[in-house]
Amino acid sequence: MRPRRRQRLIFVGVVLVGVAVATALVLTAIGENMLYFYSPTQIAAGEAPQGHDVRVGGLVVVGSVARQTNGLDVRFDLTDTAASVPVTYTGILPDLFREGQGIVALGRIDGDGVFRAREVLAKHDENYMPPEVAEALELAAEGGSMPQPMKNPHAEGATGKP
Amino acid sequence: MIPELGHFALITALTVAIVQGIVPLLGAWRGTPEWTAMAVPATRAQFALVLLAYLCLTWAFVSRDFSVAYVAQNANADLPLFYRISAVWGAHEGSILLWTLILAGWTLAVSIASGSLPEAFRARVLSVMGLVSCGFLLFILMTSNPFERLLPAPPDGRDLNPLLQDPGMIIHPPMLYMGYVGLAVPFAFAVAALMGGRLDAAWTRWTRPWTTVAWVFLTAGIALGSWWAYNELGWGGWWFWDPVENASFMPWLVATALMHSLAVSEQRGAFKAWTVLLAIFGFSLSLLGTFLVRSGVLVSVHAFATDPERGVFILAFLALVVGGALALYAWRANAISGGGSFRLLSRETLLLINNVLLVVACATVLLGTMYPLIVDALGLGKISVGPPYFDAVFTPLMLPLVFVLGIGPMTRWKGDSAGRLVRLLRIAFIVSVVLALVIVMVTGGFSALLLAALAMALWTIATTVQGLVIRVGSKPSLGQGLRALPRSFVGMSLAHIGVGIFIIGVAATNAFSTERDVRLGPGDSEELAGYRFEFVGVGDVEGPNYSARRADIRVFRGDQPVAVLHPEKRLYPIQAQPMTEAAVDAGFTRDLYVALGEPLDDGSWAVRLYYKPLIRWIWLGPTLMALGGLLAASDRRYRRRAPAPRTAPHEPEPGDPVAATP
Repeated sequence: MRPRRRQRLIFVGVVLVGVAVATALVLTAIGENMLYFYSPTQIAAGEAPQGHDVRVGGLVVVGSVARQTNGLDVRFDLTDTAASVPVTYTGILPDLFREGQGIVALGRIDGDGVFRAREVLAKHDENYMPPEVAEALELAAEGGSMPQPMKNPHAEGATGKP
Repeated sequence: MIPELGHFALITALTVAIVQGIVPLLGAWRGTPEWTAMAVPATRAQFALVLLAYLCLTWAFVSRDFSVAYVAQNANADLPLFYRISAVWGAHEGSILLWTLILAGWTLAVSIASGSLPEAFRARVLSVMGLVSCGFLLFILMTSNPFERLLPAPPDGRDLNPLLQDPGMIIHPPMLYMGYVGLAVPFAFAVAALMGGRLDAAWTRWTRPWTTVAWVFLTAGIALGSWWAYNELGWGGWWFWDPVENASFMPWLVATALMHSLAVSEQRGAFKAWTVLLAIFGFSLSLLGTFLVRSGVLVSVHAFATDPERGVFILAFLALVVGGALALYAWRANAISGGGSFRLLSRETLLLINNVLLVVACATVLLGTMYPLIVDALGLGKISVGPPYFDAVFTPLMLPLVFVLGIGPMTRWKGDSAGRLVRLLRIAFIVSVVLALVIVMVTGGFSALLLAALAMALWTIATTVQGLVIRVGSKPSLGQGLRALPRSFVGMSLAHIGVGIFIIGVAATNAFSTERDVRLGPGDSEELAGYRFEFVGVGDVEGPNYSARRADIRVFRGDQPVAVLHPEKRLYPIQAQPMTEAAVDAGFTRDLYVALGEPLDDGSWAVRLYYKPLIRWIWLGPTLMALGGLLAASDRRYRRRAPAPRTAPHEPEPGDPVAATP
């Protein structure tokens, strides 16, 4: 019986250590690396935290995309039809980025309410709407009679449907 | 007419699969030989019918039959022939049909190669696979019929998603599915053994090569997918921790664990219950992956399908298969425990550590993949878990795994002395750490992680080579030593060296890659990592089903011309979809990678430039692993038609420095 018990002990010990290490790793990593999604309405209302990475999604407002004449800085507005957020980004935009398209941006909100995107995602299907964006649009449409107060000077054209 | 024939073949295949799934099982239970004997002919008939259905769908694509809805959605009159053939698995319905065909193929292979198995056991294995096939055929017929007509037929089709018009796409899904579905074989063996209540040496000997071959396909499929994403998505990345990638990676992790635990079960008769559990989990994760990809629950570039009906079906099927198998396990597992005893420091323990780390790593990937879905389903908000989570969790689990990988093959079964191992391995350890330090110093990219990764990679390679040398050196002459090497040992060594090469590739690419987004007009040039990229200009190109703007970029090192690259920006007019076609100058030591962004106002373009050192090693590693797997699976002892039953577990010879088999 002794060797069998020793074997069980080894087995249980190794499994316990493995699970404990993994739990510790997961707990520290998941808290730091979770990205919350906010709609333009929530961001305009100041609900999103500053200085922490978040994701925002909406439609690119038609006529809002402006490229800097030298360099690769680009600026555009993102709307859920109730409110809109100005977004800045440096670099190459994805193939399916265009005005009126639903996109998701990842980045931070700076002091003046501008969203500084590190990454812009557009889906590889022109009919496809990121689910978060679809839901944000729906919510905005439901609460459309009482739009959030716009705190943002750049938020013109927010109701301009594409 | 031909599509209807295909549909009819599928319905017939379902009825055959029902017979295959029920009658031999009952026969094995009641001991009726006439009933168990039905397993093999039913398997063959089912394969022929599914193959017929598959060929009918292929024919619809080849002959451009746009009255078939699936063809109209995924092909176009101008689509080249080989993309029309591969478009069969370009979307949901055809992928599931391919899945089913491959399952029928694996079942056929088992029926052919299992002549020496006990009749009842063979019948059970084929029956279990038939039951899985039933589920998939029902799924196709109820929710995803690829033969549905679209009347009146449109004059032309909507074309294949341009992302999928790439040579990598032609072979990636079949490879991956071969691996996914191949895990159904160890699953069926495990369930059959649980039903029969017997799990002997012959069982592990039988399961092992099948598992290894499925693992080889899975490895190749994942590596191809990574290579495809690198070439086709235009982001220069090779792994994104995308849920769809995770869906293929989780079964791989468990299959890797299963291969190693089977080694213990075969050699020492231990870990049997655990091995069976892993076989169940491996296939369950394949099914989960299919569910994730095919139900549209994910936010991901890969998730083309969105239809809740399908999701509910697969989920119910998944619950039935996993729940059924686990219930059976709970009921019968007591009957299969046992095996030789071992001490704390032994190869068994090291392989146990390997298994725990792999399974725990799989669990963390599963958590990161499912967490956003669960949070969303509970209405707690929209979150996503990005690559930083996976990097932070995965790396610390893999480094100890690789360290143990160096020791395991050198350690004796049953028990070993720490002093012997330290004496044996200290030189390899010192050499790899010092070499890693030197490399880090010379390249000037010091970071603790880079140092650790390099040291562990070199450690893997050094100890594996040392193992080979000891093996060969124990024979009187070099030629004799090489000839006496069993294929399984060579295979293991090759695969382990592949792991080292893969890690070096990842570490170098992560630490030393440079990328830059620049604005380039005709005549402009940009310096990156010692290379000068000269933008000559942009011209128009017409493809068969797209038109493109193609740039001409010359790369120089000093005054030496290195490469001419032609990245393209394509427009596929039927889907109105632009596509970035990156241009890569591939090399053993580095890749130069150029992707076109968008045209800017003044005739210049946004261009993305990458310098990626050793990135080819990332795919070279898995290639070696897959080759190693093939070698191991073709080892002599699996090719014997009727293996002599072994009563006693294998005892290593006293003078043998490394025990007989991996």
